Amino acid sequence: MKHGALMHEVEDAVAVVVTDVSAGIEVTAVTLEGKEIARVKATGDIPLGHKIAVRDIASGEEVIEYGRSIGKATTGIKTGDHVHTQNIKSVRWA
Amino acid sequence: MAGEMKMTGYKRENGRVGVRNYVAVIPVDDISNAAAEGVSYLIRDVMAIPHPYGRLQFGDDLDLTFNTLIGTGRNPNIAAAIIIGIEPKWTERIANAIAETGKPVAAFSIERYGDLKTIELASRKAKEFIQYASEVPRVPIEMADLMVSAKCGESDTTLGLASNPAVGRVLDRMLAKGATAIFGETSEVTGGEDVIADQCINEQVRNEFMKTFQDYQDFIIGTGADLLGSQPTEGNIRGGLSTIEEKAMGNVEKMGKNKVQSVLTPAEAPQGKGLHFMDTSSAAAEMVTLCAAAGSVLHFFTTGQGNIIGNPIIPVMKITANPLTAETMSEHVDVDITDMLRLEMTLDQAADKVMDVMGHTINGRLTAAEALRHNEFVLTKLYRSA
Repeated sequence: MKHGALMHEVEDAVAVVVTDVSAGIEVTAVTLEGKEIARVKATGDIPLGHKIAVRDIASGEEVIEYGRSIGKATTGIKTGDHVHTQNIKSVRWA
Repeated sequence: MAGEMKMTGYKRENGRVGVRNYVAVIPVDDISNAAAEGVSYLIRDVMAIPHPYGRLQFGDDLDLTFNTLIGTGRNPNIAAAIIIGIEPKWTERIANAIAETGKPVAAFSIERYGDLKTIELASRKAKEFIQYASEVPRVPIEMADLMVSAKCGESDTTLGLASNPAVGRVLDRMLAKGATAIFGETSEVTGGEDVIADQCINEQVRNEFMKTFQDYQDFIIGTGADLLGSQPTEGNIRGGLSTIEEKAMGNVEKMGKNKVQSVLTPAEAPQGKGLHFMDTSSAAAEMVTLCAAAGSVLHFFTTGQGNIIGNPIIPVMKITANPLTAETMSEHVDVDITDMLRLEMTLDQAADKVMDVMGHTINGRLTAAEALRHNEFVLTKLYRSA
């Protein structure tokens, strides 16, 4: 397996890791067609199926996955950070 | 090639096609469960379908319970049905609606007889029915004969990446050959509702869908609750889903490229072929029970973290692309497409694998959920009883 994370769309800010990733490991993010988009170093441990930021995301910025917003960053997110409920939030039912 | 597997099923009196051949004993109400189960203990291969409701319900909530019980009896996987209730009027109402299909139906009420006499009378009829059912032959069937349904549960990010697109591709293929399919989960498509709206066949269906969707939004907002922990669930969050929008975008992949032909009320049978949206909860057993009551004979269930649900009258096929779940919960998994995550299996190859297992399941092979006795039959309750 050459890739460590999958992206739905090339413009996405996050990729989904397909194995458990430890802090400091470099992850190659590819599209579902296998095209390499980014190589990022995990800043912390990220479990299988969770998201890693492939670029910096400012606090309050919309987080892009599937080529569209899946919520907003509640704090600044750095490239390689674990992106989850601790740093993003739904804008629905709010 | 998977799509070319010869399929067999049971042609019912009204022309509908089933893939299982059950004699069911359906209690009208909670207090008739004991008699229904009594019959199933006495007569071989007769299945009781107990549930906790049916007393002092009223209005839409009562109608939904009736429609679910009636639809369950009408489902083409049921060869013949016995209805047992505490009093004759509601019992006969359900039995008569099932009898419209032309299948054998008998009704028994417990008042003025007691459980033991009722069990004896119903068991004599159940013996007749199971002997009748045992002679109904499997015959060749076509894709266009099938009504199926799809829903995901204990979702995680692997659904949006792999298993839901795979089911979407399967539905694309089946519906192109004239099959009928149901999907739903009104609350869970929040954040992806525009995707469904854009796939509605015309403006009228689009408006109906958006009204159904908005009604549910208003209901949720009206409760004042924070749904985080419920939508996404704690299991979803553990699996990496962070927001309802993210969960919804994975969820709607199951539609494939198909147009939505109509919006169904809970348990309502589709009137035409193609894909139909049903207004349902996202709770697995409630949703599958409603799909079966609408006439689905087989359910595609994609799971990430490992939802283990089954149904008494329709086979529920479990599909996963999560390697941890495939390894640690293998007894629940019918189709393992974890190779998709490694980019070692294409979407079409995954769809081939799902359709191959579907062919075997239709032809009689038990699903994991069937073998493990997962018989979750759960009525959707709209509000408290009188």
